[in-house]
Amino acid sequence: MSIDTERWEVVVGLEVHAELATRTKMFCGAPNSFGGDPNTHIDPLTLGLPGSMPVLNEHAVELAIRVGLALGCTVQPSTFARKNYFYPDLPKDYQISQYDRPINVDGSLELPSGKVIGIERAHLEEDTGKSTHVGGGGRIHDAGHSIIDYNRAGVPLLEIVGRPDIRNAEEARSYVTELRAILVAVGASDGKMEEGSLRVDCNVSVRPRGSDELGTRCEIKNVNSLRSLGRAIDYEAARQVDLIEAGEAVRQQTRHWNEDDGRTHTLRSKEEADDYRYFPEPDLVELDPGQEWIERVRASLPVLPAQRRHRLATAAGVELERTALLVERGLDELCLATIDAGADPERTLTHAEHNLSDERATGIDPRGFAQLVSMETGGQLTATQAKTVLAEMVDSGEDPESIASRLGFEAMDSTELESIVDGLIESNPDEWQRFCEGDQKITGFFVGQVMKATRGQADGKVVTSLLNSRRG
Amino acid sequence: MTTRTAAGISDAVRSGELSAAEVLEEHLGEIERREPEIHAFNTVTVETAREAARGIDAAVAAGEDPGPLAGVPVALKDNLCTRGVETTCSSRILTGWKPPYDATVVTRLVDSGAVPVGKTNMDEFAMGSSTENSANGPTLNPHDTSRVPGGSSGGSAAAVAAGFAPLALGSDTGGSIRQPAALCGVVGVKPTYGLVSRLGLIAFASSLDQVGPFARDVRDAALLLETIAGHDPGDSTSLTDPVPELTGSLHRGVEGMRVGLVTEMMGEGISADVAARTRAAAEALADAGASVGEVSVPAVSYGLTAYYLVAPAEASSNLARYDGVRYGLRVEASTTAEMMEATRTAGFGDEVKRRIMLGTYALSAGYFDAFYGKALKVRTLIREDFAKAYERFDVLLSPTSPTTAFGLGELTADPLAMYFNDVCTIPTNLAGHPAMSVPFGTGADGLPVGVQVLAPALGEAEMFRCAKVLEDAAAGLSDPTAAGAAK
Repeated sequence: MSIDTERWEVVVGLEVHAELATRTKMFCGAPNSFGGDPNTHIDPLTLGLPGSMPVLNEHAVELAIRVGLALGCTVQPSTFARKNYFYPDLPKDYQISQYDRPINVDGSLELPSGKVIGIERAHLEEDTGKSTHVGGGGRIHDAGHSIIDYNRAGVPLLEIVGRPDIRNAEEARSYVTELRAILVAVGASDGKMEEGSLRVDCNVSVRPRGSDELGTRCEIKNVNSLRSLGRAIDYEAARQVDLIEAGEAVRQQTRHWNEDDGRTHTLRSKEEADDYRYFPEPDLVELDPGQEWIERVRASLPVLPAQRRHRLATAAGVELERTALLVERGLDELCLATIDAGADPERTLTHAEHNLSDERATGIDPRGFAQLVSMETGGQLTATQAKTVLAEMVDSGEDPESIASRLGFEAMDSTELESIVDGLIESNPDEWQRFCEGDQKITGFFVGQVMKATRGQADGKVVTSLLNSRRG
Repeated sequence: MTTRTAAGISDAVRSGELSAAEVLEEHLGEIERREPEIHAFNTVTVETAREAARGIDAAVAAGEDPGPLAGVPVALKDNLCTRGVETTCSSRILTGWKPPYDATVVTRLVDSGAVPVGKTNMDEFAMGSSTENSANGPTLNPHDTSRVPGGSSGGSAAAVAAGFAPLALGSDTGGSIRQPAALCGVVGVKPTYGLVSRLGLIAFASSLDQVGPFARDVRDAALLLETIAGHDPGDSTSLTDPVPELTGSLHRGVEGMRVGLVTEMMGEGISADVAARTRAAAEALADAGASVGEVSVPAVSYGLTAYYLVAPAEASSNLARYDGVRYGLRVEASTTAEMMEATRTAGFGDEVKRRIMLGTYALSAGYFDAFYGKALKVRTLIREDFAKAYERFDVLLSPTSPTTAFGLGELTADPLAMYFNDVCTIPTNLAGHPAMSVPFGTGADGLPVGVQVLAPALGEAEMFRCAKVLEDAAAGLSDPTAAGAAK
């Protein structure tokens, strides 16, 4: 489904829940780890036993601050509140969360395209358990019985609330990818969507292009992959446009994405929404990390993906967008050092983009890489030879000169190449005829034959120009 | 009845003069004799108590010191978690529930050599002022069994008054230690908020709840408070300040101490005999060298109203977990939501339901600012007004309860009249300050009257010194602690 983007604008705001990579849970000593037999990562607080009390996990706070600073947020003194609702996988029947005073406010995230998405807040809260409803329709209201695993209950979460600055599915995917990269970079989360470490709720609305008012939004739950995220946004935007074009109103709802039928379905309307009766959590005191702690965390942050992209784009003199993939694959440091060692930036990036997919590639010696690039640009190696040598460098860690000489790679004498080409034309008259008639496909045949005869040492481009010159 | 003090028992047991087993049997004998009439306990833990007493005696025999409460029997309110011992809050919804841990205060008691003898009756989830809101039936006042012992810690107060144990722990959210202490003629203390750990105390209203001691005299109460007080990393609201020195400073008297009688707590609704006793207490302090004056703390007039928004609001959230899913009562039904509803309908008594509804309403969208938010502002005002009063006075004085013990069933039909019982005690909880009730003679009906000594945060040392002087002065008046004497 697609909408007429000339007439309609899609507005998306994402709320991302990231499980923080702490050793223990948010408010108790029970382990925070994925998997395990049901109800084994529990203790009195996890089960909400009478008399149990929460004690804030300092590591969770540290990770929240790391993310906050990485997103350029203001880290401020904050408080916890209780969000009250009855649900069997919520052990206390309230969730401890941050409400009117969150730890991180007012940040932003720069997409690889350069577009900046605002971050309203990133606050701490505890996760719920997991219910499985058995029998009936598999939903709580018609199940025969329900079973609950409290292993996840109380796991620390950071809810990162983005501003409605996203305009299409592609940007939404890019936002989540970038956010995940930041979370992983600062060590706050493993970012695994498939294990639920990263969960995305998606607010979608549409409006006539040119309008600056926000339309009525729907919140979409159960978006479990980047692919679903894109599909759900496209579907939901089209659904809303259809409604409006049919003269109906979009109603504010929470909707459930169904991966199987590719649609969103009503979960509950605004009128049916719970009244969470927020009030300050009386079992916890104000959380004021203090400037000293914040600065210590700031000093320990790694260089973040956006900074890395800008750094590489500047050093290599290329467009910002071209650097995204290299940064994502962790090859930017290598490229920077290689360029710094005097290699041609363009050739360096091209090799990194196409010939360094091996995971070990980040470990190669940048001086060796620079030397290889210089051998190629200096005409000592053909592009194909350079690629082979590079693969060998990743494999063995040897320097490019010894590899090239071991493989017998030396620049071909041009007269030797000319005589090989002429010989091939003579012995393959039919193919040559087709080449002369303009059959481009046959070029490959001649290049392949030359490569065979030269054991890959010839430069394909040079062979092609020789063939063209012989055609006259 | 046994009239031994905790301090006396501990000295005798540590010196080998008396065995913990003997002390325990004396008290168990008293329980056997009068408990059927009084009903102070939900559970008497005879066997574990005997085992603990044997352990104390073995330690003494081995030359070890079991601690400052060696061999002292102690009764525990049934909202304090005790490992393996049923802990119910006198509610059907927790009937049969055995915690897998001890409350921090229980651990500290046991580590000091105390011998827990049982779990005391209370108003369900500590909501009430008469111990009539108990799923197990009421506790009766040992001084007059046609009267209530007060509440919600009525079982603990009655246990101490009846000589079942020289010490007991209660919890005080709006007066639940001090009011029953007054009505039963014993000493009851609500410490500074955060001085005593709440870990293992089953929450009613978390920002107000505080565990505190009952004893027959001021020294014992001080000894017990010193034992249970102090920072607990398991309670985030626990203070890190040093515990005020209590037993060591009791003898210092009130010479030069400035005592203010709170005018707002001496007016309408306070019975004439209780007001007269309170004035007499002020005079006794003046006679002992204190400078006594009157002081107005205007905001306390709003205390009751603010309390009945804050406490039910927190309770509505604290009691949500009793949903039949994980522990306690479950009433089966066809869906999860119906099961929860049926469980809570059957499991909670009327007063608990009333407060859950009040609290739910006070926190509802659109009402928060008008109710809960306003109540928080009143708390601030009360703190400010107390702060002004404490610029001029070291401690304050008031009645504990407006009347002496009232009759069983007398106020159950009128919740507001019942709530008024806590008019003098509630402001302290809202401020987070300490206050204690000390017996000071009897009312016109011959029943005990308690006067309340209030102090600023961590002002326990001055508060106890003042209480000690009152206790000494009261000794000449009558003997309200002789509740076990044949009537």
